[in-house]
Amino acid sequence: MSVENDTSRRAFLVKLGLFFNGIIGTALAVPIVRYLLSPVIREKKGRYDSWLSLGELEKFPAGQTRLATYRNPVVDPWDGQTDDIACWVRNVDGRNFQVFAINCAHLGCPVRWFAQSSLFLCPCHGGAYYQDGSRASGPPERGLFQYRYKVENGNLFIKAGEMPTPGQPVAKKAGEKTTCA
Amino acid sequence: MRLIEEVGAWFELRLGLGKPIRETATHSVPRETASWFYVFGSAALTVFILQIVTGILLALIYVPSAGEAWNSLQILNHTISLGWFIRALHGWGSNFMVAIVLIHMLQVFLFGAYKFPRELTWVVGVLLLLVTLGMAFTGQVLRFDQDAYWGLGIGASITSRVPVVGPWAVNLLLGGPIIAGATLSRFFALHVFVVPGLLIAFVGVHLLMVLKLGINEWPMPGRIVRRATYLEEYHELTNKDGVAFVPYAVWKDIVFSGFILLSIAVCAAHFGPFGPGGQPDPTIIQTAPHPDFFFRWLYALLSFLPPSAETPILLIGPAIAIVVLLALPFVAGEGEKSWKRRPIAVLTMLLVAVVLGTLTHLGKSAPWSPVMDAWSSLPIPSQYLDGRTALERRGSLVFQAKQCHNCHSLDGQGGKRGPALDRVAMRLNGDQLIRQVIQGGGNMPAYGKNLNPAETTALAAFLKTLHPAGQVPARDASRAVALGAGEVSPRP
Repeated sequence: MSVENDTSRRAFLVKLGLFFNGIIGTALAVPIVRYLLSPVIREKKGRYDSWLSLGELEKFPAGQTRLATYRNPVVDPWDGQTDDIACWVRNVDGRNFQVFAINCAHLGCPVRWFAQSSLFLCPCHGGAYYQDGSRASGPPERGLFQYRYKVENGNLFIKAGEMPTPGQPVAKKAGEKTTCA
Repeated sequence: MRLIEEVGAWFELRLGLGKPIRETATHSVPRETASWFYVFGSAALTVFILQIVTGILLALIYVPSAGEAWNSLQILNHTISLGWFIRALHGWGSNFMVAIVLIHMLQVFLFGAYKFPRELTWVVGVLLLLVTLGMAFTGQVLRFDQDAYWGLGIGASITSRVPVVGPWAVNLLLGGPIIAGATLSRFFALHVFVVPGLLIAFVGVHLLMVLKLGINEWPMPGRIVRRATYLEEYHELTNKDGVAFVPYAVWKDIVFSGFILLSIAVCAAHFGPFGPGGQPDPTIIQTAPHPDFFFRWLYALLSFLPPSAETPILLIGPAIAIVVLLALPFVAGEGEKSWKRRPIAVLTMLLVAVVLGTLTHLGKSAPWSPVMDAWSSLPIPSQYLDGRTALERRGSLVFQAKQCHNCHSLDGQGGKRGPALDRVAMRLNGDQLIRQVIQGGGNMPAYGKNLNPAETTALAAFLKTLHPAGQVPARDASRAVALGAGEVSPRP
C-alpha cells in the first residue's frame, strides 16, 4: 500500500469520525434546545392562563377601586413571594367590573390608584390613566391591561397567569375591551 | 537559594513556560506608550479579577432562589463577618469596571488604535463592552429586591415589543409566564457561568492580539496609517526606539491598578454595599423602582421619547449603535491616528459624553416621575396662604386633595413632571386655568369628571393667586372691553 493511499484513507476516516460526531451532536441538540425552550413550549399546554378567585364580592364595594391579590397558577416551591400578584378591581356599578393589571402599559412598573383624583399614576415615567383604565397622559401608548373576569357563587374570578406586557397578544385582546365608564 | 533554583529548574523542564513568559514580559514597546494614558486596559482586567474573587466569595453564602435570595443578602450584610464589605467591593467594583471600560474605549478611539491591523482587537473590545454591560444588568437582578423585580418587568416589557417573537422571548427571558424562581435561577446561570465565560474568552483573545500586534504607538499628527507600510514602520519604531514592557511601561499599569483597587476599597468601606432594597414582593406596590447608575441614561431616554417613536428607537437604536461600533475599524482602518487631526471624531465623542452624562444626571433626579406622596406629605408654602380668601384657601385644599402636588411643584417642593405653578397666573388667565384643569392636555390628565363645579371654582381661585407680588397676572383683554375695565382689574 502506498503512502498516498494510506493518507487519503486516514483523511477519510477523520471525515467519517467527524460525520459520526455531527450526527450524535445533532441528536443531542434536539433535547437540549427543547429543554431550553421549555418555558415557551409549556405555554401551549394552556397552563399559563386559568380562572383564579380574587375573593368575595363584598371586598369590592360598588363605585370603588380596590387592590386585590391572587396567587399565580404556575408555581415552583422556591418562588417565595413572587407568585403573589396584585391587581386593581373596579366595581363599576355593582354588576359590572373592571380588573386592571398592576403593570403600567409603558414598562410594567406598578401603578397606584388615587381615589381622590380618580387616577392611576405610575411612579416610573409618570404614565397616568383614568378610572376606567384608559390612557390619560404620559408615555404609555394604550390603556391599562385588563383581565377577563366572571362572577360565580358570589366570588370574583379573573383569567390570569401571565405577566401582561405591551407585546403580549393575550393582553392586547383584553386591552381592546377597555370601556368608557 | 540553590534549592529554589533547583525546584524552578524541575518545573521548567516539565512546563517550559519560563522562556515564553520572559519573552512576553520584556517584549519591546514604543517608548511613548509607557504612558499614563495606556493604563486603563490593564486596570479593567484588574477590576475584573477583583470581581471574580469577590463574586466567588459571595457565592459561598448567596442563595440563588427567589424565596431565599433577599434573606441571604441580609445575612451577608448583617450576620456574616465583613459580608457587607465583600458585597460592597463587588458592587463598587462593577461600577468602576463599567466606568474604566468606557474610559479605555474612549482613549483607544481617540488614539486611533482601532485602525489597521488592530481591527479585530477593537471588535472584540466592543463585544467586551457588551458582555460587561450584560454582567452589570444580570448582577443587578441577583440583588433580588424591588428594583430588581420591577427592573425585570421593564426588561420584559421592552423585549415584548420585538415584532413576532416578542411574547415568546419574554417567556424565555423570564423562564416562565411571570417573574419568579425560574427567572432568578436563569439570571444566576447567566451572571455566574455564561457571561463570565464569554468575558474570559474575549479577554484572552483581546490580550493575545495586543501581544501579537504590539501596543498601539503614540499617535503623531501626520504619521499616516497605510496597510502596505504600517507593519514595517511599527516594527522599525519598536526596534529602533523601543523599551522593554517590563519594567519600563508596566510600573505605571501596576501603580494605576493599585490606585483603582484602593479607590474601590475606600468607596466600599465608606459608602457600603448597594441594598438590597425592599423585599421582592409584587403585592407591595408602594415602590418607585429606579435602575443602577449605568442604566440611568436609558431610564431618562425612556421618559423623553415620544410614545410613538419609543418602540422603534428602543429596538433599532441599540442595533445601529452596535453596528456602527463594529464597522468603525473597517470604514476608517487607515489614515490619521492623532486626535489633533480628527475633529469629527473628537466632537462625536464630546457629543456622546455630554448626552450620556446629561441623561445619567437627569436619571438621578428623575423629574418626570410624579412624587407619589407629595399630596399628603408636602405642605402648601405659607406665603401662598397668607391673606387669602376662604375660597382661595379651599382651592389650595383641592390642590392637595386631588394630588396636583404630585406633578406640580410649589416653591420648589413637589413633583416636577408638570410645570412649576408658582407663576402660573402670569401665563394663564382664569378661563384658561379652568380649561386646562377640566380638559387637561399637554401631557396633563383631564380632571373634568373628578372635580365638581365648586371644587373647580375654588381651585381656579387659588391658582389665580399664584403670581409674584406686585406683578399683573394674565387677563383676557377682550373681556375688559366687553365688561368695562373696572370689573376685571387684577387683584394686587
